[in-house]
Amino acid sequence: MSLAGFDAARLARHKARKRVNAIALMLSLAAMAFGVFWLIWILVETVRLGIGGLALATFTEMTPAPQAETGGLANAIFGSVLMVGLATFIGTPIGILAGIYLAEYGQKGWLGATTRFINDILLSAPSIVIGLFIYSVVVARFKSFSGWAGVLALSLIVIPVVIRTTENMLSLIPNALREAAYALGTPKWKVITMITLKAARAGVVTGVLLAVARIAGETAPLLFTALSNQFWTSNLGEPMASLPVTIFKFAMSPYENWQKLAWAGVFLITLGVLGLNILARVFFRNKH
Amino acid sequence: MTATLPVEAAPKEDAIRRMGSASTPPARRAGSPAADVLFAALAQGAAWLTLALLAGIIGSLIVGAAPAIREYGLSFLWRSEWDPVQERFGGLVMIYGTLATSFIALLIAVPVSFGIALFLTELSPGWLKRPLGIAIELLAAVPSIVYGMWGLLVFGPILAQFVQQPLQSAFAGTPLLGALFSGPPVGIGILSAGIILAIMIIPFIASVMRDVFEVTPTMLKESAYGLGSTTWEVVYRVVLPYTKTGVIGGIMLGLGRALGETMAVTFVIGNMNQLNSLSLFEAANSITSALANEFAEAGEGLHQASLIYLGLVLFFITFVVLSLSKLLLAQLKKGEGARS
Repeated sequence: MSLAGFDAARLARHKARKRVNAIALMLSLAAMAFGVFWLIWILVETVRLGIGGLALATFTEMTPAPQAETGGLANAIFGSVLMVGLATFIGTPIGILAGIYLAEYGQKGWLGATTRFINDILLSAPSIVIGLFIYSVVVARFKSFSGWAGVLALSLIVIPVVIRTTENMLSLIPNALREAAYALGTPKWKVITMITLKAARAGVVTGVLLAVARIAGETAPLLFTALSNQFWTSNLGEPMASLPVTIFKFAMSPYENWQKLAWAGVFLITLGVLGLNILARVFFRNKH
Repeated sequence: MTATLPVEAAPKEDAIRRMGSASTPPARRAGSPAADVLFAALAQGAAWLTLALLAGIIGSLIVGAAPAIREYGLSFLWRSEWDPVQERFGGLVMIYGTLATSFIALLIAVPVSFGIALFLTELSPGWLKRPLGIAIELLAAVPSIVYGMWGLLVFGPILAQFVQQPLQSAFAGTPLLGALFSGPPVGIGILSAGIILAIMIIPFIASVMRDVFEVTPTMLKESAYGLGSTTWEVVYRVVLPYTKTGVIGGIMLGLGRALGETMAVTFVIGNMNQLNSLSLFEAANSITSALANEFAEAGEGLHQASLIYLGLVLFFITFVVLSLSKLLLAQLKKGEGARS
């Protein structure tokens, strides 16, 4: 009798545990669906409204006045490509060198540890603060917003990303490879540039691609460095238009033609950034 | 004697020549130490540059904010007045906006991220793990301006129509809740900014949580399963305690992102420098959106200095939060080494 009661209690407990488990797993499934739901919703809206705003003129004409009939984003696209390209060009070598230091020279010393820590903080520090920094160092000094200031701000965002991936990728290279090269009498700088960096090339390129993807969509650091420009300019000493800042300006406006162009711009940026991310992944997987 | 000398000398000379050739390295190696030193110096210089960058940021913010710091001192933090015309500034409204939106974002993002990480590590069939993991990581890569614009033009109106209006009509008479949900039904304000931020940081927190969950030794989990634990019990009683520090580190990382996010918030918070109601739907302001909206137009002087002061406060808060996150994640990694 008491044994049956004991069994019944155990059975009830077992059922309760099963029920809790089922509820938890259901909620977990719901969370996953929730996450994917936003991704799909945002992408679908961006594609639907973006393609609606896209035309040939988007690539050939300058940013228009409010309520104009025609107009495109040519100057903004050019400005973005120019500034992102130069920023990558400036930031990548510094990032790779510092990454080499962390992985090959400073594994133990305080400088390595400190740099690693600071770099991880810079990696997720608010990008608008980088804009403030460049404003006070460059813009306030030269008394003018300029494309160069935008390039510098973006390159400061490239550096931490490249440092991180370079260090990670270099530390994946087996030590036997380094030791074999040293045993042949190779000097350290040659071991690094010709052996380890070469072996880690795919990973480092992936890091650079991810850094480009990151800065291509950055708006905050450009707002008060490169500012914006209604016209085409290739003079980096002047304020320069960029796709994100133009989108910001146009999307917040009440003018329909501006909002339409903003959607087209958002579509282009999303396409570019997601494309770069997928490219980086494919590239990395093929090499490893 | 004389005859033996040359015979003895010859092998000596030979030995000296041989020894000499062994002790002097081949000529082509002579340049390498200099190149080595130069390369090491370059690499070290780049590392120093990173440190100098942080010092430069902090230094330039303090110098830029100096007039405002002299004028208000710490009372800037709890003064709520923001009046560029009369040149009277206080940061309370923006600091409140930043903290409130980030708090709402965490409130939504933490449970959802936990669910996603649980799904990815314990439930998902093998073939679905990779694509879903990639989808979540792509969500993290979408530029914040896309979230902001989508939030303003697509999500805001829907929130106003299907959430705000029903809530307002349901709680119109209730004193506290009524105030919480009041405001013009346009879908702009603290709540929408918080929700957009949550969507933005879910991928960050979820992918850190997934990574730390996978650190749990399989042996530990299998032992628990072997004792008859359900999946939930394994996660809640074994995986979570084991990875506690890492999970908190991941949450702090998300919080750091949320605090410093500019575009996603600027679009939907409404940019209003007054704190006259507790409503979640009233337009407000955050540090980042105040900077984004006002800085380029602010004249030099106290207005600009006050904005930089806000930037300094923001940098300080995120620095502390991100350092904590980093230390907690590092602690998990160390514990992992000790326990296995």
